[in-house]
Amino acid sequence: MLEEGNSKISKSTHLPRKRFYRARAHSNPLSDSHFPVPISPSHVDYSVHFPQLFSSSDEGGDSKKIEFADVGCGFGGLLISLSTLFPETLMIGMEIRDKVTEYVKERILALRVANPGQYQNVSVVRTNSMKYIPNYFGKGQLSKMFFLFPDPHFKEKNHRRRVISTHLLDEYAYVLGIGGIIYTITDVEELGDWMKDCLEGHPMFEAITEAELEADPVVKLLSSATEEGQKVARNGGQTFQAVYRRIAPSL
Amino acid sequence: MEEPAIEEGDNHRDVEVAPALISVHPDHKFIVVSIGSDLRVFDLQGGSSVTLVDDSSGPLHKDSIRAIRFGAEGKLFVSAGDDKLVKIWNANSWHCISTVCSEKRVSAVAISKDGLFVCFADKFGVVWALNLDGFDENQVLVDKKAAPVLAHYCSIITSLEFSLDGRFIISADRDFKIRVSVFPKKPLDGAHEIQSFCLGHTEFVSCLAFVCAPDYPEGFLVSGSGDSTVRLWDITSGSLLDTCEVGSQAGFLESNGREEEHYSAVIDLCTTPDGTLVAAAIQSLQGIMLLNCNVSAKSLSIAKVVSITGGSFIPTSLGTASCAEFLWMVTGVSTLNGLDSHSLARVRVISGFKISGADSVEHEPTMLEDDEIPGGEKLLEKLQGSVSIENKVFSAAAEAVKMAMCNLLIKKQYSADKREFRKRTRNDKKIKQ
Repeated sequence: MLEEGNSKISKSTHLPRKRFYRARAHSNPLSDSHFPVPISPSHVDYSVHFPQLFSSSDEGGDSKKIEFADVGCGFGGLLISLSTLFPETLMIGMEIRDKVTEYVKERILALRVANPGQYQNVSVVRTNSMKYIPNYFGKGQLSKMFFLFPDPHFKEKNHRRRVISTHLLDEYAYVLGIGGIIYTITDVEELGDWMKDCLEGHPMFEAITEAELEADPVVKLLSSATEEGQKVARNGGQTFQAVYRRIAPSL
Repeated sequence: MEEPAIEEGDNHRDVEVAPALISVHPDHKFIVVSIGSDLRVFDLQGGSSVTLVDDSSGPLHKDSIRAIRFGAEGKLFVSAGDDKLVKIWNANSWHCISTVCSEKRVSAVAISKDGLFVCFADKFGVVWALNLDGFDENQVLVDKKAAPVLAHYCSIITSLEFSLDGRFIISADRDFKIRVSVFPKKPLDGAHEIQSFCLGHTEFVSCLAFVCAPDYPEGFLVSGSGDSTVRLWDITSGSLLDTCEVGSQAGFLESNGREEEHYSAVIDLCTTPDGTLVAAAIQSLQGIMLLNCNVSAKSLSIAKVVSITGGSFIPTSLGTASCAEFLWMVTGVSTLNGLDSHSLARVRVISGFKISGADSVEHEPTMLEDDEIPGGEKLLEKLQGSVSIENKVFSAAAEAVKMAMCNLLIKKQYSADKREFRKRTRNDKKIKQ
């Protein structure tokens, strides 16, 4: 029995080993899981998520707030890349699967230890974003939201479980400030069309121009930074992006 | 496999009792009580019972009515519930002018202030709107289709209200949330702009009401919840102005010392649109709690508790009209086990429901005796189903309502077998074109 083989954290890299955190890609967003949910955005404990930056006695008030949210962050690939690209910005990943959230937590902790001063601005929380996003973020708080390779829910009767829908876009528009950007990507063409149609048809979002897409350093990360994206690239698959800006509704 | 399914089916029905509801015409012309699938209307001016006229399919509602409401001008009345039908009535002639089908069971209804739109919310969390264009007093509206306007993801919507100026539509759900959305000129295109979320309740939100505030044309929102509090909100910002712990207050008034926290949910709230008095019905409180909203201080405080003597009367619904100083209350449930009589409800009235002056209640609110209430015995006969109701009926009803409150808003846990059985009857599959 190898000690190395059974330990959840690799002795060499000190990073958590994925095989102990494997979970099915699916999770039913309709079922009521039992995880704590903050009563309101002012109840989110920043000292738990960003201990080096906030002490537990810090009141909310004027202090910095989370600006980036990775909805369905999976194993955390995007967040880790964003953390060093935007070291002054606070960001959080939201994931519904328990084991996967644990993995990301361990990964962030390990990275913080190995790279003093870095990765202090990134955290993860286990929650159902389809129900509780307004509990975490106040009006116009976010400047970027990410929906990378969401569950396609192929069957028509399951389309209501899709994380991007006209109704849910109302909530995402609420937490995104005007000018904020929503990034979506998938390798499933039908889902790509669906997300694009939802965004195109929503009065509070408008498409980003080609020029802006070229100029945005984050766009390249969409397909390269996550495990899912890397897998698609390895298999020579195609990806479908829809990147939109939050605008004020026309009167 | 069949046996357990049927047994559980029975339990399912037992638990799903529907509380009686009451609604008062804004000009105090009519009083409506709904109990089970029965809709009972009494004409206060004429002093007689009203016969409803509905030309559509068969008996009025086929299953428990869950929401009833008069339009702000008193021209319209809406009833909807478990039979997935939304019926719109002409509130003068009491003809049903439109029956709309909902995909899911309806849990709340509201009518826009200008009377142009009827909104209803279902148990899946979607709010729908119906255009009442072409509303002619005497005509039955042609097949109306409702459009989805907004949604609370997978959450039962418990209450729908429009702000006093009609600019916002407020929806409250089982998952402690209150959402304030801008009600647009064309609501059928969707109410996409969320003004705010009023977050603070720690249990399901059960009821919403508005109090008048001079500098705030939209009014202040008051909400009641399973967490035994009534809260005051500024809907433009979503900020919590004040919290009133009504549960603990009700607890002190119980004769037995047992702290039944679980059963102190706020059942219903009622306000007068031009006043600042809030009436609250609280589980386990045999009476009504009157709260005063101090608009300048933005606070809510308990003004008085009016006890209801003579029987375990816990109101299941409240209603009032601004022009008259009566607070109407009803209690009852749709089906009482072991009682074969048709559904019985008990109606009581408090007079003096008015505030004049900043913080004081000028006329003492008093419970009226049966012979003192407007409409008298005839009203009671029609709305209650019988003139005198035995007290033991209401002990049973009070227990059933307690049960219903707990179960209505707590997610049902089904056994694995029952889940499989239910999957067979899913109705959200693709409809063949």
